Amino acid sequence: MIPGVSINEILTLTSILFFIGVYGFITRKNLISILISVELILNTSVINFVVINKYLYPELLQGMLYSIFIIAVAAAETALAVAIIINIYRRTGSVAVRETETMKH
Amino acid sequence: MNLINVFLIPAIPLAVFLVLGIFSHKIKPAISGVTGVAGLAVSTLLSYYTAWQYFFVAGKVDGAYQTFIEKTVWINFTETLHIDMGVLVDPISVMMLVVVSTVSLMVHLYSRGYMKGDEGYTRFFAYLSLFTFSMYGLVLATNLFQIYIFWELVGVSSFLLIGYYYTKTSAIAAAKKAFIVTRFADFGFLIGIFIIGFYTNTFDFELLNDPQGPAILTWASTSFMGLSAITWALILIFIGGAGKSAMFPLHIWLPDAMEGPTPVSALIHAATMVVAGVYLVARLFPMFYMVEDGFALQIVTYVGAFSALFAAIIAITQTDIKRVLAFSTMSQLGYMMMALGVSGLEGHEGVGYMASMFHLFTHAMFKALLFLGAGSVIHAVHSNYLQDMGGLRKYMPVTNITFLIAALAIAGVPPLAGFWSKDEILVAAYQNSQFIYGIGIFVAGLTAFYMFRLYFGIFWGKDTEYKKIPHESPASMTIPLVILALLTISAGFIPFSELVTADKIGFEAHINVPLAAIAVTVGLLGILLAWIFYKKENDLAYRFSVAFGSFYRWTSNKFYFDEIYLFVARNIFFKNVAAPIAKFDKKIVDGSMEGIGNQTVVISNKIKNWQSGKVQDYAFGFIGGVVILTLVFIYIFSN
Repeated sequence: MIPGVSINEILTLTSILFFIGVYGFITRKNLISILISVELILNTSVINFVVINKYLYPELLQGMLYSIFIIAVAAAETALAVAIIINIYRRTGSVAVRETETMKH
Repeated sequence: MNLINVFLIPAIPLAVFLVLGIFSHKIKPAISGVTGVAGLAVSTLLSYYTAWQYFFVAGKVDGAYQTFIEKTVWINFTETLHIDMGVLVDPISVMMLVVVSTVSLMVHLYSRGYMKGDEGYTRFFAYLSLFTFSMYGLVLATNLFQIYIFWELVGVSSFLLIGYYYTKTSAIAAAKKAFIVTRFADFGFLIGIFIIGFYTNTFDFELLNDPQGPAILTWASTSFMGLSAITWALILIFIGGAGKSAMFPLHIWLPDAMEGPTPVSALIHAATMVVAGVYLVARLFPMFYMVEDGFALQIVTYVGAFSALFAAIIAITQTDIKRVLAFSTMSQLGYMMMALGVSGLEGHEGVGYMASMFHLFTHAMFKALLFLGAGSVIHAVHSNYLQDMGGLRKYMPVTNITFLIAALAIAGVPPLAGFWSKDEILVAAYQNSQFIYGIGIFVAGLTAFYMFRLYFGIFWGKDTEYKKIPHESPASMTIPLVILALLTISAGFIPFSELVTADKIGFEAHINVPLAAIAVTVGLLGILLAWIFYKKENDLAYRFSVAFGSFYRWTSNKFYFDEIYLFVARNIFFKNVAAPIAKFDKKIVDGSMEGIGNQTVVISNKIKNWQSGKVQDYAFGFIGGVVILTLVFIYIFSN
């Protein structure tokens, strides 16, 4: 709990961060940027978990625990995504998301 | 009497058919020929054995030949109405067994020579076996439905054999024509069977022919358009028979059917299948005779007499030797129908029935012989046309003699087979009606004339220069000819009137000397006329044909019946019935189905761009969807 900061302010901040992530995810042309956007989305949700746990149910720990899970999963996911991106880069010589269109066939 | 043998008779050709048909590409021609002949030889021996057993061992009980039936219910409709499968052994079925076996065996033997080197040799023997099986089944049928099944099987094998040379357009057309015309007639047959089943509750021949049975007792209680419904059924059944037996006006398929190989013409279109119609009427004879005082039988008489006359006239002008024989067959079949028509039922009254069966028997022998002889000639000359023949007696002595014997037999010269049976027919006709008798005598004269026109045209007449010197056919072909010739000479002496009669009791037949003398004189006159016209090359025949002018033209074009049918079919039926139906099918039935398909394609074309392959588009869709759903849920739950 942070003195002087209410839960509403923190949730407003995470919402803004979340939509920034969504915006980045949709508009970025670069796969790495998209990955960063995804991380942003994930992290806002992690903050939400922690904040809601701390502010509303201070005697419980589930929110904290889940945030650790999410961080672990996000790390694994990032590793995977980076591996895919490296492969795409080897194949096409770029990390532009447009190049992945051929994967629909 | 042991009927196991009788079951084996059709079973063997069926087995041969299956073996040859399934392994047709693996079996060597020589083996398939031998298999076919051997299988049929066993069947033939069994048939002869059955005939001997039936007539001489089982013999008569209470003065009449018995009827042996062995059957099992196949399809059950009601308590009384069911379709059975089985065999029925009575004088006419035994006689037919002998006829079918003999001719079929001869044709099998002959085909080994005639078809030698042909590509579809095994196929040919397979079809022959199929046909023989079906014909046996038809002959042995115990009820109307069973006979109908085998009737169609016979039709199919006839179709296959006419179209045997399936690369030849005319053969395909002929096969189709034969199938469609007979099928058309069989439709009448089928409806007749249904009517009989409906009114009498049975298909069984025994019950139908029983004077105390449901058909004959109750015919008067039904009526439809001025006649008894049973009479209508009999007329419809006769239409089926007329289709198979090439009676006017359903005869058009028979001349064209000569496109098949000649042994096939001999077997199917001369001796066995085409007499199925006669056999059918004979099989139902008590019914024909007793229902409505024989009204249907009257129709049989007149159709038969007219066909006999009509075909004999056409036969005079044809130049294709097989077509002459085809029209001759039609004419003789008309004779048989006519004889049935003028027959009574009991004792000597039934001479017409006996004569018809007798003629069926003898005709099978000498007509098969004529066809096989014609085949031998065609084999040597490689042409069907009289113009290409002449003077062949020097090259083909065996064919010449056997052909002459057959021609004499069909012309009714004693003591050959044709004389005896034809004489009986004329006696029967004379007893019944002078008019029918007159037609009979006239046709007899015409028969003698056209048959000797053919004979002189082939073996005498002009001395044609042949590019390749014709030679006598091999022994495999001449031996059947000789056997059939011997049968033609001797078959007339079989005491038919004691064996095969309508009441199964039999009677003493006497030669009616004045009638026989008239018939023989007319026959000899016909031969003499042919002698004058065709023995030496002269222009007498040509001058006559010119003198007859348009009548000659009409005759040689078979009275334009093919053209009339074509006109009716194309300009009336196709145009007014078939075309609108086809249109309905195409526009509405197909149209609606295709419309559904086309609309699907159009829609899918429109939405297929949604799948762009761009990850961000999907993500946009996904997130947009989530946002919309969230808004919706908020809206719902906030109220």
